Amino acid sequence: MAKTVAKKPSTKADVPMPTEVVRGTPLVEMQDVSIAFGGIRAVDNASIDLYPGEVVGLLGHNGAGKSTLIKILSGAYHRDAGKILVNGAEVAINNPRDAKALGIETIYQTLALADNVDAAANLYLGRELKTRLGTLDDVAMEDATRKVMFRLNPNFRRFKEPVSKLSGGQRQSVAIARAIHFNARILIMDEPTAALGPQETAQVGDLILQLKAEGIGIFLISHDLHDVFDLADRIVVMKNGKVVGTARTKDVTHDEVLGMIIAGKCPKGAIPGPGAMREVA
Amino acid sequence: MSDSNQSPTLEKEGAVTRFLRATEIDARMLGMIAAMLVIWCVFDLYLRFFGAVGFDSDGLLFGGSFITPRNLWNLLNQTASIAIMSTGMVLLIVLRQLDLSIGSMLSTVAVAMGVLQVYQLAPALGVGHWAIWIIAVIGSLAMGAFMGWFNGMLTAYARIPAFIVTLGGLIAYGGLAWAFIKGETVAPMDSTFELLGGNVPQYSLGPFWSWAVAVIAIAGIIFAIINNRRQRQRFNFPQRPIWAEYFLAAVSSAAVALITWVVSAYPWPFAVIQGWATDHKLAIPAGIENKDGNAVCMAGDQIVHCTTGLIYYTGYSIPFLIAVFVGIAMTFVASRTSFGRHVYAAGGNPEAAELSGINTKWLTVKTFILMGILVGVAAVVSSARLNAATNSLGQLNELYVIAAVVIGGTSLAGGIGTIYGAMLGALLMQSLQSGMTLLNLDSAYRDMVVGTVLVAAVFVDQVYRRRVK
Repeated sequence: MAKTVAKKPSTKADVPMPTEVVRGTPLVEMQDVSIAFGGIRAVDNASIDLYPGEVVGLLGHNGAGKSTLIKILSGAYHRDAGKILVNGAEVAINNPRDAKALGIETIYQTLALADNVDAAANLYLGRELKTRLGTLDDVAMEDATRKVMFRLNPNFRRFKEPVSKLSGGQRQSVAIARAIHFNARILIMDEPTAALGPQETAQVGDLILQLKAEGIGIFLISHDLHDVFDLADRIVVMKNGKVVGTARTKDVTHDEVLGMIIAGKCPKGAIPGPGAMREVA
Repeated sequence: MSDSNQSPTLEKEGAVTRFLRATEIDARMLGMIAAMLVIWCVFDLYLRFFGAVGFDSDGLLFGGSFITPRNLWNLLNQTASIAIMSTGMVLLIVLRQLDLSIGSMLSTVAVAMGVLQVYQLAPALGVGHWAIWIIAVIGSLAMGAFMGWFNGMLTAYARIPAFIVTLGGLIAYGGLAWAFIKGETVAPMDSTFELLGGNVPQYSLGPFWSWAVAVIAIAGIIFAIINNRRQRQRFNFPQRPIWAEYFLAAVSSAAVALITWVVSAYPWPFAVIQGWATDHKLAIPAGIENKDGNAVCMAGDQIVHCTTGLIYYTGYSIPFLIAVFVGIAMTFVASRTSFGRHVYAAGGNPEAAELSGINTKWLTVKTFILMGILVGVAAVVSSARLNAATNSLGQLNELYVIAAVVIGGTSLAGGIGTIYGAMLGALLMQSLQSGMTLLNLDSAYRDMVVGTVLVAAVFVDQVYRRRVK
């Protein structure tokens, strides 16, 4: 992570206030993306974007298509239509490897940890460090894991145990560590605080602000409206697979956002999307 | 977030827990070794007091006790084939797959290579040509790999459950083997090939080379322990206490020495020594007859058993060494390569592995290929041991292998399992079989006991796991 900071000092300096968004070329643009599962259009012509050092909150009911949209970006699903641009250039994301190569890291709602192996094995899963002989360099991986975990969770000691033995918060730390350890530029957090207590939730909040200051763009999916209002610069609301609208957090109120989520009603402060309910005037 | 596994909790633990934690010894492994020793002792005592004494195929007296160099040597030799295959099955089951076709595969590979040796290579190159065994071994491995690849492709890419694919294979490959030779016994194998079966005591390693192997093994163990400690020191990680390191080095070295001592104490059968002396024109020394002795000597003009005289010891058999080598290699693959790491991770959580960018389909195919290669190795060992290829080779092996793997602590739910556990499981099953054979127990009762033990072992394991959690 230190490297990311060193490489992009200007980006970091350009972030004066958390609520103020840095413009320029977006880190990611998803344009008119659609995907259907057996006739059900889980995501329907959705367009979202994300700028460096920005947190975009993605809101909506269960089944609104948030997780599906984000899984298209992380390579877990393959879109049926639409384009994905990273730093203004169109990219092909066909599997999770492609996404990771582009610096897109994901913390899944389910955490996606292999429960039967230890923290270091999870952290490096799919990109293990090797010795010169081509064997696993377990000590080097454990060393790096100790360092990154110390940053997230200084009390963590259980490096030799399978992650199934860890507490919910510790498991969450491992999943977060895996996402931020490989110099991510784009971070997707799907309900990152779902398994956490209040103190740990606050810790994740601090981490998000810290990563944001380093110029990383973050998509934050959450059910908790308060969390999103505290952390996000902009919010995107989805309903039935469509984008209801996009708004700067400071331009809308809790009630207005709830209206977007529940009724698909787009308030004045928001830019309506294809999913917005037509006002019958 | 109270997550300390260090000192604060230490005082509350019993001495045993502390000991296991310090040495990092797997308690399940200790349990299995203990169970095996109990089985051995029960058989031994039973045979000593009520022992069935009979004659084996060489016309030699047997029975009387279980823990003898001869019996243990045979046990290690007989376990080899199942133990070799069990190492591959561990990885498959860890990956939430299964291969029911390995018995029929073994049969097909053995029969094909038997036909190749006896009807193709021997007439073409001349009987006993040096290249025959090499071609047969490579052919076995390649054929096994191909059949494994086929099973794997159907499972991973055609998305047919492995249970169905390999159940079909169990039936179809059995038919294929039958179609090759129609129940004929293809024999004999090439004379060098036969040595890989370990049934020719004079071509076992002998005490000198067995001890040489033991010394290398002990040096390897000590090197591994020191190297591990150095690595952890370099990164300032917590380490095992130094007494635990010494303890582990001492116990494992002692185990190696003990096994070497046992196999080096098994003398060649009387007739074999006699034949060897005749073939090599060795003079048989004069001596006093002793019916219980294992040496060969001359009493007058009679060749008789005696305590001192011409005697040779077998040492390690080749199948045992092959099995040990396979075990070490597979442990290495499972724990030191990214392939092995991916197998365990994908078995623990297939979705997580996929999301981490692992190509789980190809991983499945690779694991099936590995299983196939190991079936090829087992086919070589078992057809060489029989010195013939028949349709009955490998029959029911899939079930014995799966039983060994499960007794060895591999979870059918995937993600958990060890190579050494499966190999110990194979040895345990073979101990039971062998002991009951010595007891002259009818095969019907043997099957009933083995089946019961399998279920009981898994039950005990479940209880243990629940208590540990």
